[in-house]
Amino acid sequence: MDFKFTEDEEAFRRKVHQWLKHEIPQRWTELDPGIWEETEESWALAREFQRKLGQKGWIAPAYPKEYGGLELSHMKRLILSEELAYNRTPMSIEEEITVNWVGPSIMLFGTEKQKKEYLTRIARGDVIFCLGYSEPNAGSDLASLQTRAVEVGDEYVINGQKTWCSYGHLADYCWLAARTDPDAPRHEGISIFIVDMKTPGITVRPLINILNRHSFNEVFFDDVHIPRENLVGQKNKGWYQLVIALDLERSSIGYAAGNQRIIEELIKYVKETTRNGEPLANDCLTRNELAQLVVENEVARMMAYRIAWMFSKGLHPSYESSMSMVFVSEVMRRTANAGMRILGHYGELDRDSKWSVMNSRIMRMCLSSLSIGVGGGSNEIQRNIIAIRGLGLPRR
Amino acid sequence: MDLGLSEEQEMLKKSARDFLQRECPKKLVRQLDESDEGYSSELWRKMAELGWMGLAFPEEYGGSGRNFLDLAILLEEMGYNIVPGPFFSTVVLGGLTILTAGNEEQKMRFLPKIARGEMILSLALTEPTASYDAASVNTKAIARNGEYVIKGTKLFVLNANVADYILCVARTRKTKDPEDGITVFLVDARSPGLKCTLLKTLARDKQCEVVFDDVTVLEKSIVGKRDEGWPIVKAILQKAAVAKCAEMVGGAQAALDRAVNYAKERVQFGRPIGSFQAIQHYCANMAMDVGGSRFVTYKAAWRVSEDLPAALDAAIAKAWVSEAYGRVALSAHQIFGAIGFTMDHDIHLYYRQAKAAEIIFGGADFHRAIVARELGL
Ligand SMILES: Cc1cc2nc3c(=O)[nH]c(=O)nc-3n(C[C@H](O)[C@H](O)[C@H](O)COP(=O)(O)OP(=O)(O)OC[C@H]3O[C@@H](n4cnc5c(N)ncnc54)[C@H](O)[C@@H]3O)c2cc1C
Repeated sequence: MDFKFTEDEEAFRRKVHQWLKHEIPQRWTELDPGIWEETEESWALAREFQRKLGQKGWIAPAYPKEYGGLELSHMKRLILSEELAYNRTPMSIEEEITVNWVGPSIMLFGTEKQKKEYLTRIARGDVIFCLGYSEPNAGSDLASLQTRAVEVGDEYVINGQKTWCSYGHLADYCWLAARTDPDAPRHEGISIFIVDMKTPGITVRPLINILNRHSFNEVFFDDVHIPRENLVGQKNKGWYQLVIALDLERSSIGYAAGNQRIIEELIKYVKETTRNGEPLANDCLTRNELAQLVVENEVARMMAYRIAWMFSKGLHPSYESSMSMVFVSEVMRRTANAGMRILGHYGELDRDSKWSVMNSRIMRMCLSSLSIGVGGGSNEIQRNIIAIRGLGLPRR
Repeated sequence: MDLGLSEEQEMLKKSARDFLQRECPKKLVRQLDESDEGYSSELWRKMAELGWMGLAFPEEYGGSGRNFLDLAILLEEMGYNIVPGPFFSTVVLGGLTILTAGNEEQKMRFLPKIARGEMILSLALTEPTASYDAASVNTKAIARNGEYVIKGTKLFVLNANVADYILCVARTRKTKDPEDGITVFLVDARSPGLKCTLLKTLARDKQCEVVFDDVTVLEKSIVGKRDEGWPIVKAILQKAAVAKCAEMVGGAQAALDRAVNYAKERVQFGRPIGSFQAIQHYCANMAMDVGGSRFVTYKAAWRVSEDLPAALDAAIAKAWVSEAYGRVALSAHQIFGAIGFTMDHDIHLYYRQAKAAEIIFGGADFHRAIVARELGL
């Protein structure tokens, strides 16, 4: 056993860190968009920055070199993800989805043509996909989705409604799950498509999230014609592709690293703040609370490290990823809550308010952390996975 | 022992629920949350007509002569529905303080007007330290020719933006004992030198910064005795903590009711999500939290009502309910899934209410420390 990074890995971390320090635009730091807080301006800044990151090969470092990747080791990818998140790199959550779900799915199931067309552009930071999975009646039970895709000549015609489609109003393509055989058993009639968001017949309607921002959308498909070649993988086998994609490297390391930054900021805050004539850092309740956060976050980090390590050994984590996602999501919620307790009344203040502290990150996190543990497979569903797949408990 | 509500209390509860459902729909709640004033003068007038503002005042001051426990039951319903506005600050922080600590002239001057809905009050206690202890009161009031000149900054002052009068807690003397030398003043909110700035908060409630820049008040605006104001403040805080718990119990009940209804209706995997054990356990835990919260709160409210020592029970209630409501609101969000993450859905109103209520008048840690002290630790 050895928890040390190699000298080469440490050097890589320093290199990434330095580069980010110099390159992250001032304006981004001013806007400071937390998760689900993108605006058109921050989105544009992130796009621009991602292209720079793409030039270094750091968007999709795992991809084969012929598609713009670096074939970087798992440990270096872990380090890179940590640094990107810790340094609040200009990027949106859709970046992650595009690079870690869409790209690998295309690699596994796509045609040569699709690989050529999309993978390099993804790795360069030129295209972003939104995810067209959820529907009003298909949330956790995704296999009950009803959006239809009908093959007509060399086209598919799509009709139906998607919901919660994050950044559908800004993304270039939609990674769409639709029903291609309504008569087959539910899992047997689903296919995956790539849909250009500019295709006629698509209407994107904003949903305003709890942070009062426009991040997700309802997306209506009204006789949307797409080329038949935009089918990814086998017709009617989409469900299986989709499940495999859900199991692809889903790392919680970014969340742990981002949370670490918040905890460090809280620590800085209590050191600089006096309460009742004493540094807040001397208050034993506050110390206790912060120590607990540090402990929990370290546990979360080690759970994420374990996933990377398993990959590096050629193992395929499944329920282990669920464990690490559930755990980190709950640590983030507890961090937000502990932060609120430590900041007290100041924790309530929104960012453009007089007297607000820590750029009101805690207050925003208090809201945004509600989504971690719901979106992308709720914590209950993840716990079901842990129980059934991990512990072998019976399904019914 | 009888833990039930009296017939009168049941009636109060039911009529309050019906009235608020009708007159304070969530659409109005949202409008008020987004507005600068944060209250509806029409709703305010109707509430006054129902006798709510004067509920716990004696009849000679224009009230209905009912007690603190009745007020707590009303607040529970207000929490259930969510009623933005200065009711809490006017009635609990302002009215009850004047009733218990004011002189006859002050009572005659303020209470009937409050009861009629013609006056809004606010309490300016906390300062940039954001805590509720005597040492944090640093705003000074200096005596000058029979008048006092107040200077200092007050923060997180509820509804000061619409208040007619502000109860200002200021330091008139500095000795080794921080509890000595504090005086409570009734200050006209339009006084020259007084400036109020709205803060933007998580709950979108109307908390303000109030700067007193040499605000002059007359000697007769002192509530209670000069330099002996801290016991008055302690009594306000105790009542306020219990009253806030009552509001939280209502909010938690509403979050539970909504989550349970949704769990019965929302179908995934061909069955209502309420049939999944995970969701059932959430609901069970929420129900326990709501039930537990209600009875510690009632006990504390009853002690306050009966004028029995209530420091320990008030602290127990606020320590418990602050966290319990937070858990209930969080579980409710979990049950609602993505729809709860939207601005359009109502459940976040409760989550926000829970957060603000947890903090105000001291959070769980603050009150656990009081519990420890009361136990002689
Ligand atoms: C911020 C955010 C962004 C999102 N972005 C996207 C996106 O870009 N594209 C997209 O397609 N979707 C997106 N989603 C949707 C997300 O995938 C769904 O929210 C998720 O699948 C849960 O579905 P639901 O919200 O309908 O909740 P439901 O499935 O209705 O669940 C409600 C509750 O019931 C529980 N439950 C359901 N089934 C079970 C069970 N079998 N056992 C125990 N408990 C159960 C859930 O865990 C949850 O607590 C987003 C969601 C959020 C919050």
